Amino acid sequence: MTVTTSSANKHQPAEPASGPLLEVKDLCVDYGFGDEAVHAVLDASLTLRHGEVFGLAGESGSGKSTLAYAISRLLRMPGVITGGEVTFRTPAGTVNLLNAGEAQLRDLRWTQLAVVVQSAMNALNPVMTIGTQLTDVLEAHRPGLNRTARRERAAGLLEMVGIAADRLGSYPHELSGGMRQRVMIAMALALEPQLMIMDEPTTALDVVTQREILEELTDLRERLGFAVLFITHDLSLLVEIADTIAVMYAGRLVESAPARELYSSPRHPYSYGLLHSFPGLHGPRERMTGIAGSPPDLRDLPSGCVFHPRCQYVMDRCRSSVPPLITPEADRRAGADRLVACWLHEPGALTPAELGRSES
Amino acid sequence: MPHKQPHKHMFQLPKSAKIRIGLVLALLFTLLAVIGPWLAPYNPNVSLSTTNPLPQPPSSHHWLGTTQVQQDVLSQLLVGGRSTILVSLIAGVIATFLAVGFGVAAGYYGGWLDDLLSMLANIFLVLPALPLLIVIFGFLSKSANPNDVLIGVVISITGWAFGARVLRAQTLSMRNRDYVTSARIIGERSWRIMAFEILPNLVPIVATSFLFTVIYGVGAYTALSFLGVISVAHWSWGTMLYWAQSAQAAQQVHIEWWWFLPPGLAVGLFGTSLALLNFGIDEFINPRLRAAGLSRRTARLAGLPRRVPLGLTPVAKSPAVSTSGQR
Amino acid sequence: MTALLEARGLTKHFRIRATRQNPRGSVVHAVDDVDLVVAAGGITAIVGESGSGKSTLARLLARLIKPTSGELLLDGKPATARGRSVRAYAKDVQLVLQDPFSSLNPVHDVSYHLARPLKVHKLAGNSLDQTIADLLARVSLTPASAFADKLPHELSGGQRQRVAIARALAVAPRLLLADEPVSMLDVSIRLGVLNLLADLRERDGLSIVYVTHDIASARYLADDVAVMYAGRIVESGPAASVTDAPAHPYTELLLSAAPDPDRAGAVSLRGKGAAPNLVTPPSGCRFHPRCPHAMRVCEEQVPAMTPVASGHVSACWLHALPGKEEQRTSADRPGRSA
Repeated sequence: MTVTTSSANKHQPAEPASGPLLEVKDLCVDYGFGDEAVHAVLDASLTLRHGEVFGLAGESGSGKSTLAYAISRLLRMPGVITGGEVTFRTPAGTVNLLNAGEAQLRDLRWTQLAVVVQSAMNALNPVMTIGTQLTDVLEAHRPGLNRTARRERAAGLLEMVGIAADRLGSYPHELSGGMRQRVMIAMALALEPQLMIMDEPTTALDVVTQREILEELTDLRERLGFAVLFITHDLSLLVEIADTIAVMYAGRLVESAPARELYSSPRHPYSYGLLHSFPGLHGPRERMTGIAGSPPDLRDLPSGCVFHPRCQYVMDRCRSSVPPLITPEADRRAGADRLVACWLHEPGALTPAELGRSES
Repeated sequence: MPHKQPHKHMFQLPKSAKIRIGLVLALLFTLLAVIGPWLAPYNPNVSLSTTNPLPQPPSSHHWLGTTQVQQDVLSQLLVGGRSTILVSLIAGVIATFLAVGFGVAAGYYGGWLDDLLSMLANIFLVLPALPLLIVIFGFLSKSANPNDVLIGVVISITGWAFGARVLRAQTLSMRNRDYVTSARIIGERSWRIMAFEILPNLVPIVATSFLFTVIYGVGAYTALSFLGVISVAHWSWGTMLYWAQSAQAAQQVHIEWWWFLPPGLAVGLFGTSLALLNFGIDEFINPRLRAAGLSRRTARLAGLPRRVPLGLTPVAKSPAVSTSGQR
Repeated sequence: MTALLEARGLTKHFRIRATRQNPRGSVVHAVDDVDLVVAAGGITAIVGESGSGKSTLARLLARLIKPTSGELLLDGKPATARGRSVRAYAKDVQLVLQDPFSSLNPVHDVSYHLARPLKVHKLAGNSLDQTIADLLARVSLTPASAFADKLPHELSGGQRQRVAIARALAVAPRLLLADEPVSMLDVSIRLGVLNLLADLRERDGLSIVYVTHDIASARYLADDVAVMYAGRIVESGPAASVTDAPAHPYTELLLSAAPDPDRAGAVSLRGKGAAPNLVTPPSGCRFHPRCPHAMRVCEEQVPAMTPVASGHVSACWLHALPGKEEQRTSADRPGRSA
């Protein structure tokens, strides 16, 4: 087993007797309806445990954001959920998010499940001070608090993310991009939710600010113990901060594995290619080949395995049938929690060496 | 959304009912402008009977009745229609040319040219249009018979400024787009950049501005004719209203509905058709307006609400076409 | 290798108009006193974050904007005359921009985009279509017939970027400036475009200046790397040397913050805080408010470029002042492992 040295992995994901925090089974999401429907997500399944950092990696059109917003029922029209189940475990009981009514969702949202949207720094209302925006959240969900208590709590939230409390009276344009992102995170944590869904939270920020915010996020996670569904295209970042990574391509989940294991021994040709598309900071400077071709148009998906036109190991079977998500033989024997959707890992198939490595 | 919806072709058949109505109406009016006077059953100036003192209501001889001097209202409408539509179109075209020239130049060059042209546009915006037109036509009417083109030109003087401001603002925002920068890097000359890089992207806005100006032209021309500033020998819908009103005032004759309703309705319908066309352009610019909400039928079939509030993504009752292999 | 393009003391200050809140107006010190040498046939990377002035520098090098002071030398001859010579300069130096979605005019097809530079510089010749097909082949958009009539929205981001590169190549420039050419592309496509740039250098001897915020891709593609911070170049040298043995504390900060799955230990950021406001930049060395090694002199004087290794220079008082280098213990160097 590899020794996980990244500070993010110190906090091991807990699994209380009641089970995982979020379970998604065969979720299907379309944009539009009938003949014109675009299948943005097809049969996605994942399991998120309490306190876990789950990374969802993919490029544009992979469906990662769609999946996250569908889970929380925040998808905009013309998005429609056309199948699957989403089960969310709250202290009060288990909720089927797809069946939940408006009142139930409102109860859950922000108290149990918070979302930090993409480019959240621009999600702050420019004509209200950040103090007002923070206390608004508290006012909506904690009617018991009076005004002073709300202000105190808002100040406490700001300090928690590393902003001086005297900035409560600032307007968003007076803060830098990094600080605004921190305010969004503080707002999301205002009611101490169990699950934070973060959609590309640091993509628009420069590298140093990104690193600072991620460090603070890790600290907060250790203190408050919430789980994070972290969506990004930057796989190299996820390897550093996530516990588990799921890779999506053209609406399908193609691989899911613990972060370190995905990095050292990817099973799916797409994951393999993707990991070899990030130039490294060390080692000899050699030519890398990446992945041929480009992500497909979702309105015109290839038959069979969606990745087959770009795959260097393509077989006839790949063109005609969609591979299911399975645990490869070797991983099952080793007890590793890995899933991959590829015919190369079918029992009896000839797996190329670079995709069949096992952890020593 | 995984992909932006592309405008595959410039012209797509409009889906919305209101745009189709607008298109049909506009085509009808264009037809009217071209062949109207030939269709007119009588000469609008001629009094068809000198003996009958009473205006005739609409009948099989006179579909829209007659005036109190026995002129056929329908003929007046058809003949006047050509003038009205022609004048407003000319005003629209000339004003749009001016707006494009001034607006795009001001937005692209900036600096002192922008200051100068903006000041000019502001002056013309602030000047009260109708009084100015009355004064100008006051001078002109003394001389020759006004013709439609001249009237159109004069009206356009007061109609270009608003479009110029809009186009200037749009050009300002486009000036910094990467493709304009790229054109400069290649070494394109400024006039080519304005004409071939910026202007083609402004076509929907220019079209909207044109339609608005035509509506303005109709209103201005009708008002001027109604006031009698423009020679009332020249038939237009406004002139019909003038005669209707003066008949009542001067001769104390009870004003009949078929004198003012047809021209009034005609002006209203013409303006409405242009406004509906404007909706069409809006939808063309913003494809999201096209797809807002599911159509009633598909929503009903799927058991989904027609308009969905944010935060309550619908879950369809019927499953999607799934090609999954099962676990 | 001879210097193809040289910048000496290049400076650009933008004036902000006076407003009511700001009665005297203000000046944004976007680029200050930059010296840069671009070798013929080589790839030079300019690495910096947003606000570092790297995009402004690229536009200065393209002569899209005029410098406040300083000079630009093409083949050793000053390139600051106006008028017709700007066009002649465009024949030698071209610029490719970052956003593939807006660098092509949505109303014109690919042929138009490629034909315009040929016509403007009178390079069209007899067979315009053939020249266009050749250009498309150079950027691996084959068969040309499949792409020539397409409108930009019908192409993917990577394809659009290739068209933008083909357009820049149409005039056969000797130097290609690329301002973050792959930042807005999908990860799996980035390598393809970077490899294309490398190929163009190998096959056609094209010199390239690659501006980016991603130091890893700079290390991958470039021969030389120059690191920019707050409008100034703080370090420059061979790519491997700068990224494996960074001399300037800002470069160390960048490397420690960059995503690195091979990192041996936990991340320890060297220096915190945010990039400075360029209207009122810090005095002396602009990095001093964030620098873990800041000294008194850093606040007072701008450090000069000091050689730290072969071809590798850094603008830091730690190198310029004798004895200060040793004060940085080995523990300060970011951990590196193969």
